[in-house]
Amino acid sequence: MNRLRPPATRPPSRTLEHGFRWLCLLAALLPVAVLGVLLFDVVRTGIGRIDVQFLTSFPSRRPEHAGIIAGAVGSLWLVGLTAAIAVPIGVGAAIYLEEYARRGRLATLIEVNVSNLAGVPSIIYGLLGLELFVRALSLGRSLLAGALTLALLVLPIIILSTREALRTVPRGLREAGLALGATRWQVVRQVVLPLAIPGILTGSILAISRAIGEAAPLVVLGALSYVDFLPDGPMAPFSALPIQIFNWTSRPQAGFAVNAAAGIIVLMATLLVLNAAAIITRNRMQKRLGR
Amino acid sequence: MARPASMRRSRRVGEALIERSMLGCALLSVVTTAAILAILVRQTGEFFAEVPISAFLFDTQWTPLFADKHFGIWPLLAGTFLTSAIAIAVALPFGLLAAIYLGEFATPRIRGVLKPTLELLAGVPTIVYGYFALVTLTPVLQKFMPELSGFNALAPGIVMGVMIIPMITSLGEDAISAVPGSVREGAYALGAGKLATVFRVVLPTALSGIAAAVVLAVSRAVGETMIVAIAAGQQPRLTLNPQVPVETMTAYIVQVGMGDTPTGTLEYRTIFVVGATLFAITFAANLLSQRWARRFRER
Repeated sequence: MNRLRPPATRPPSRTLEHGFRWLCLLAALLPVAVLGVLLFDVVRTGIGRIDVQFLTSFPSRRPEHAGIIAGAVGSLWLVGLTAAIAVPIGVGAAIYLEEYARRGRLATLIEVNVSNLAGVPSIIYGLLGLELFVRALSLGRSLLAGALTLALLVLPIIILSTREALRTVPRGLREAGLALGATRWQVVRQVVLPLAIPGILTGSILAISRAIGEAAPLVVLGALSYVDFLPDGPMAPFSALPIQIFNWTSRPQAGFAVNAAAGIIVLMATLLVLNAAAIITRNRMQKRLGR
Repeated sequence: MARPASMRRSRRVGEALIERSMLGCALLSVVTTAAILAILVRQTGEFFAEVPISAFLFDTQWTPLFADKHFGIWPLLAGTFLTSAIAIAVALPFGLLAAIYLGEFATPRIRGVLKPTLELLAGVPTIVYGYFALVTLTPVLQKFMPELSGFNALAPGIVMGVMIIPMITSLGEDAISAVPGSVREGAYALGAGKLATVFRVVLPTALSGIAAAVVLAVSRAVGETMIVAIAAGQQPRLTLNPQVPVETMTAYIVQVGMGDTPTGTLEYRTIFVVGATLFAITFAANLLSQRWARRFRER
């Protein structure tokens, strides 16, 4: 630490202080405003393109005939499968770390590992999925391979948010349950989980929103951008909303840029609905639990 | 009331089974890490069995998909460095000033609104940012910079910077809030104004946390994929000129991933070598960031 020195100059005037304060506020608001303008521009470009034809058509070489149905249905499948795989495993892992694990090497290893996994770039998960699911387990370029990859990607997010939720349940409630003769699992299932559910749900929905927007790992493991059928099961080849947007954005014709904007509106609207649902569920459940 | 011994035993077995399965879930994350490492190491090993390491480290061209193959990683590293540096140049001033506002000036009510609003920036899918960079921002920049090519490092760099602002703000504010109030009061008592306190006392004290935030943001920028894959181009080029098309490590993986490269070929292995390089850089940055962040949290 440096030796304390008297200020080299007289304390700056109030105006300078106020100016700096406003500069800081501006720095916080400007990027958000820029995002707002950009999103507004997308809506202006794409909203006219959203009609029944766009929502129910398959991709096409001609932009005005192209539609989003293959990507949208593919994304629905992906998200459903991903949630079905990742949420139980993530919640289980969090319950282990919070409720069962004794402080020790194993728990520390798992904890460090989870936080490191959260920082691995998503495209690396794509490489993992390509080698492990597509090739080694011969799932091919299927929905299931995509969902398993996305599940591994969002697992750290679910584990971390579920642990937060479990930590909000007061310790005394657990001890009371154990004192009444309940086993550890009975305490977890009947005391801890019901109280932690709102937090777990919110965290899971946020993780799922992350999965919906991910394109990079899916591109690497072979999601298609030209699909003229709807998947008939988890082993079907697939497209996804962000893959479709990527494809349209990358094409030079202006018509496809409009399609991309329309696709972004659909994607952002889906995310908005999901997040609103997360907030509403949390508030409702918190009210019901009287907290 | 006592239960029959058999029932108690089955209950105990059930409990143990449940604990084991929860442990299994937790261990899956360790298995994931092991699998990532195993795959990267194996493919990288096979790559270097065919291509000498010197060709990877000392060649200045990256052309594995052409007839005349070169495997020098530097052009991809340069593209990654360039876009990431631009992103940090945008994110650091905005993110840090926003962190100062949240930590030093904002009332709790304003903070409660402003923080989640800023987090929105990180919640937008990267594919959407990619569209902004290519379709919206590049044409606007071209009005001021006629030399700017349709694909360039500048637009995706700026957009990526906007995306990672919340990361710097969030960790930076943690660091600023961790500075004890008594330290500020000490500065005021010595006659320092708010500005002097912030710049000469609070920020230097929070430096390790701010450094942690920046390194984490670097890691995020280096690993970011869709924005650069869309808007930076696909031309591996050893340059620091932000106006021309470049290719990042992540964009190269996407480029090969979109094509139909057969398994087991050298081209196929290149994406794992690039992936391993990317993994090593981001992993080192994350570790560094965690270490610095721990320093201010422990205080």
